[in-house]
Amino acid sequence: MVENTLTVGSISEGFVLDHIQAGKSMDIYKYLNLDKLDCCVAIIKNAKSNKMGKKDIMKIECPIDFMDLDVLAFIDHSITINIIKDQKIVEKKALHLPKQIRNVIHCRNPRCITSIEQGLEHVFILTDEEKEIYRCKYCEEKYNGRHSRK
Amino acid sequence: MRHLMSPLDFTVEELNQLLDLAGDIEANPDKYAHACDGKKLATLFYEPSTRTRLSHEAAMLNLGGSILGFSSAESSSATKGESVADTIRMISCYADICAMRHPKEGSALVAKEHSSIPVINAGDGGHQHPTQTLTDLLTIRSLKGRLDHMKIGLCGDLKFGRTVHSLIHALVRYPGIEFVLISPEELRLPGYIRHDVLDNNQIPYEEVVRLEDALPMLDLLYMTRVQKERFFNEEDYVRMKDFYILDSKKMELAGPDMLVLHPLPRVNEISVEVDKDSRAAYFKQVQYGVYVRMALILTLLEIEV
Repeated sequence: MVENTLTVGSISEGFVLDHIQAGKSMDIYKYLNLDKLDCCVAIIKNAKSNKMGKKDIMKIECPIDFMDLDVLAFIDHSITINIIKDQKIVEKKALHLPKQIRNVIHCRNPRCITSIEQGLEHVFILTDEEKEIYRCKYCEEKYNGRHSRK
Repeated sequence: MRHLMSPLDFTVEELNQLLDLAGDIEANPDKYAHACDGKKLATLFYEPSTRTRLSHEAAMLNLGGSILGFSSAESSSATKGESVADTIRMISCYADICAMRHPKEGSALVAKEHSSIPVINAGDGGHQHPTQTLTDLLTIRSLKGRLDHMKIGLCGDLKFGRTVHSLIHALVRYPGIEFVLISPEELRLPGYIRHDVLDNNQIPYEEVVRLEDALPMLDLLYMTRVQKERFFNEEDYVRMKDFYILDSKKMELAGPDMLVLHPLPRVNEISVEVDKDSRAAYFKQVQYGVYVRMALILTLLEIEV
């Protein structure tokens, strides 16, 4: 190991998420429900970056049709997704804001029916793509709890 | 199968057809007296309401149908913890159409998603109250002869008043509409409606504090009640509740054709002396509420007479 560097092995199939805002990788781990999946995940926190100063990187070893990564656009546009197959980058995936976010974020409006009705999914609809506004499907309250997006 | 969740569920053309039908019902009530023979309306009211529940029930009875339901959460299985989704599945087996009021926002959409009969949103918390908007539109069109080219004053609690918000959404679809927003600073129309609805549709509007300044220029004045339940402290409510009181003296400032509407109930924002004024249309509005709900029931049940 070279001094001050950390080596993480390559993956044969899966995703490399690069340019994650430093410190946000655990949020992504949670949003992607990686704790519930039986796959190999490497999280590199505060890696040096010429562009960002510091950044996080994640490597997820899993079949590439295994997960929907569109939700990452909602969390942070600037993330780069490299799709890996046979240890090679086969595609750099562009992120688009998902039209709908299901069971990732929860409505915080205490007057919303989702606050009392058991078994309801928490669904947010993209109502303004330009301003990146998501509203609860039920009460139409705007979601204000964005993480890394400015 | 159609439902009514929001006043914007109908296109302008569909809305015109609905209002035409309501107009025909008003002119020929006998023609529709048996249109819903054998049909049942369930009224699921999880919170108290006088006008909305009774007007839906009156509408169905006028059409020859029958009614069943409950008028408070305490008299329903909600007290046993039954969900809206389960209740509506059960009601779908008992009735042909239902009207639901529930204190939580979005509850009507949950009902719609699990229902096999048409659902009318009769108010879901502070979110939507589409049949009130349909009532307002029918009243304006019947008494003014049009829904376009009007200067409309909205007065009172413009911040929390869902009837005002829904009415603005519905009216901006017609040409030549202008608004005068009359409210104290604390109860101004929320920014997202001013920007997203008025500005984005290039609707002219001005904001004034004094009702007297607005009255001479209006074709229509829509008064609202300052609702006690919206305030966190009594002091603010007391300060706001008497901010606007429309009385005969102020009505002298208004034009001879300016209509006064109010979704009711009123507390003291319209003096009873104004009731005698021919421009006071708020009790006629109640009657139009029955006609428009009759038209709505027929439309959702796809019954043609």
